Amino acid sequence: MFDLLARVFGREESSKTVAKERLRLVLVHDRTSLSPETLEHLKDDLLKVISEYLEIDDHGFRVDVARQDDSMALVANIPVKWVKRPTPGN
Amino acid sequence: MGEAIVITSGKGGVGKTTTTANLGAALAQVGMKVALVDADIGLRNLDVVMGLENRIVYDLVDVVEGFAKLKNALIKDKRFENLYLLPAAQTRDKTAVSPEQMQDLVLKMKEDFDYVLIDSPAGIEQGFRNAVAGADRALVVATPEVSSVRDADRIIGLLEAQEKHKPSLIINRIRPNMVRRGDMMDIDDMIEILAIELLGVVPEDETIVVSTNRGEPAVLNPQSRAGEAYRNITRRLMGEDVPLFKLEEESGFFGRIRKLMGLRG
Repeated sequence: MFDLLARVFGREESSKTVAKERLRLVLVHDRTSLSPETLEHLKDDLLKVISEYLEIDDHGFRVDVARQDDSMALVANIPVKWVKRPTPGN
Repeated sequence: MGEAIVITSGKGGVGKTTTTANLGAALAQVGMKVALVDADIGLRNLDVVMGLENRIVYDLVDVVEGFAKLKNALIKDKRFENLYLLPAAQTRDKTAVSPEQMQDLVLKMKEDFDYVLIDSPAGIEQGFRNAVAGADRALVVATPEVSSVRDADRIIGLLEAQEKHKPSLIINRIRPNMVRRGDMMDIDDMIEILAIELLGVVPEDETIVVSTNRGEPAVLNPQSRAGEAYRNITRRLMGEDVPLFKLEEESGFFGRIRKLMGLRG
């Protein structure tokens, strides 16, 4: 009864709304199933491509998946040691 | 050539076996030649739900290993002579069979049957991969609970990655009273989250427990609401356009009175 009153007066969300919200968040996480292995491959590939243009500090190079609410972003931190001189003809 | 349909869910205990038994019995009821395959090797249960546990001589693993012929391992149902069960082995585990062997077995069965229904084990490991290997179509059973929906989502992802035919959803054990109170996700919530086609909805129903106790699928009981829902799902499965089960039906004492007085809806 108290539950019902609390809900009527808008103090508490219905449990189904809570369930849906929680599911939405957990599924964003589940569906972006980037395994640590995949992330490592991605990191190696990124490193290769970027190294063609810049000299990078391997140790400080970090790639992570960041999630906020229902969106996801790939966040990379790439310390640059040296900018290569553009190769003639490129 | 018949059609092979796998019944799966990810999470255990949401009603895969009950669904398999009821869809099988309902398909047989309308004259289809049906084989039920229990792919839950090591934890077989479709035999007890169908009430056929005393008739098992050979099992799926015996057939795959060439120890028994398929026709000798198939158990004929007590009620329908066009309904058969291929039981799982109880003393072996999932690794006793490979997906390729399952594919061959199911292909062979499709020559003889209109429908081959495969009851998948819970989980996403080899047992699941075996169960889906030979299937043309997948039905995902989910209850309106967070854990079940989450696991269903994972299973749908795996099925779609395998480029199986687009899976369709059976929502099981929905409680209209709780939905009305806002304490249970409703059909729209589930479809919105899982984003797949809905095949049907089965209400929570005590007659399921009773029918499982007796080993008689609920579709055989004309009083069972779940049985009625399963009969509707069966017709949709066969391509008929059947409106969704009316969940808003009044229940409880006052509901029955109102119904008697003709004050429905």
